Amino acid sequence: MASAASTSAGADIASCILPLRVEALGFRAGDVIALDGVSLNVMPGTRNIVLGANGAGKSVLLRLLHGLLAPTSGRLQWHGGDDADVRRAQAMVFQRPVMMRRSVRENIEFALRLVHAADIDKKAAEALELVGLARLADRPARLCSGGEQQRVALARAWALKPEVLFLDEPTASLDPAATRAIEETVNAMHAAGTTIVMTTHDLGQAKRLADRVLFLHHGRLVEDAPAKDFFLQPTSPEAAAFIRGELLW
Amino acid sequence: MQEIPQSFSLALSLIASLDANLLAIAGLSLRVSGVAVLLAALLALPLGAWLALARFPGRQGVIAVLNGMMGLPPVVVGLLVYLLLSRAGPLGSLGMLFTPSAMVVAQALLIFPIIAALVRQVIEDAWGEYREQLLSLNASRGQAMMALLFDMRFTLITAVLAGFGRAIAEVGAVMIVGGNIDGVTRVMTTAIALETSKGDLPLALALGVVLIAMVVVINLAAQGIKTLAMRKHG
Ligand SMILES: Nc1ncnc2c1ncn2[C@@H]1O[C@H](COP(=O)(O)OP(=O)(O)OP(=O)(O)O)[C@@H](O)[C@H]1O
Ligand SMILES: [Mg+2]
Repeated sequence: MASAASTSAGADIASCILPLRVEALGFRAGDVIALDGVSLNVMPGTRNIVLGANGAGKSVLLRLLHGLLAPTSGRLQWHGGDDADVRRAQAMVFQRPVMMRRSVRENIEFALRLVHAADIDKKAAEALELVGLARLADRPARLCSGGEQQRVALARAWALKPEVLFLDEPTASLDPAATRAIEETVNAMHAAGTTIVMTTHDLGQAKRLADRVLFLHHGRLVEDAPAKDFFLQPTSPEAAAFIRGELLW
Repeated sequence: MQEIPQSFSLALSLIASLDANLLAIAGLSLRVSGVAVLLAALLALPLGAWLALARFPGRQGVIAVLNGMMGLPPVVVGLLVYLLLSRAGPLGSLGMLFTPSAMVVAQALLIFPIIAALVRQVIEDAWGEYREQLLSLNASRGQAMMALLFDMRFTLITAVLAGFGRAIAEVGAVMIVGGNIDGVTRVMTTAIALETSKGDLPLALALGVVLIAMVVVINLAAQGIKTLAMRKHG
């Protein structure tokens, strides 16, 4: 899997939609303020890990950045490209990925066909190779295990060669081996030039993957720091408590 | 009251001997309702899927009307089609009244709302599950509709067969627009009505048995297809 870094993975050209600038982003639904006043930049080639307790607003943040939700306040500006370019340059792996009622291979080909990609067969085969699922290519995707489906979703995202890849707790219910496989693939994609924005609860995973940590607490971004600073000397009491494994409310 | 058991055995012998009259009537029923369900499904599948994904003012109203039309009385549909196709009607020049084509039209109209409403429900539920994934993959509205129709194909078979079951079992619409002409527009349900009123119970019963058997077999087949496919595809 590690060899994937040297294949043609990732963005073919230098990023053209990044950096992403986010200013005072907020999302509320009725009385619930899911996200409030979040400002951050996403720079090309970085691995950004979003940390926070359940309900902190991690998934909402990812959906807003990916364009699945419209912010109720603030704004979000991609550096370049028109709307179609910006959409096309992103992919997302959901916590519970949706598998279409087709084979594993066809799930990947389906995504490629939607964007009128060329060489669909070859790209799908490469993607399955990358995540180590070549032998499951003809299995109905819905009959795959949770970990396998998660890898199919990752292969599907990889095949699209996004500049920015969003991952929402991609390893939340996976065993250590499956988790490692996902992490390796994420690193391979990063090595090939893809910018990563990923949520997790898993501090170990954050340490392994992060260049930078974004720590959310009750919908607010309370810490935005390079990974080693975050883990060595968090500046907010909430982040310090989170790292020590304390409950915070 | 010796009549009923006797009629039953006569009915069974009609079926066992593949009575020509019986076969012709059952065959026409199958053809008329088969074509009607095909036509209705051809329109109802895209329309139901479109309605599932579309957002426009008054959409809830359209859905309510569509759901309400699932229970259209066949005689009223028959009457409407009769008025359309009668000599003086707007489509009278087609000369379709009292032909199997008129029966197809009436049944298609009758079951179109049934299939469309069921398709709408199935696709809308699926859209809830697939929406973010399909949007994330940059699927257009049209691509999303096609993908959902394809992914729900085994469930949609049930919706289409519900339409077929309704069509083949209704009597009011085909009676009015077909006229129950012997050898031309006589189908199972109209034949049963006529033979019963004439007192010829064996043929009526034989047709009734065939009709029920058809409906049961078709539904079993649908269920079987769905179960097998679900097991195979998840
Ligand atoms: N569409 C919505 N309508 C109303 N409330 C919402 C909506 N989406 C999210 N919320 C609320 O916003 C808050 C943040 O939700 P979010 O899913 O982002 O949490 P999270 O950090 O991803 O949590 P977890 O770790 O459990 O996945 C929660 O309180 C949630 O109930
Ligand atoms: Mg979440």
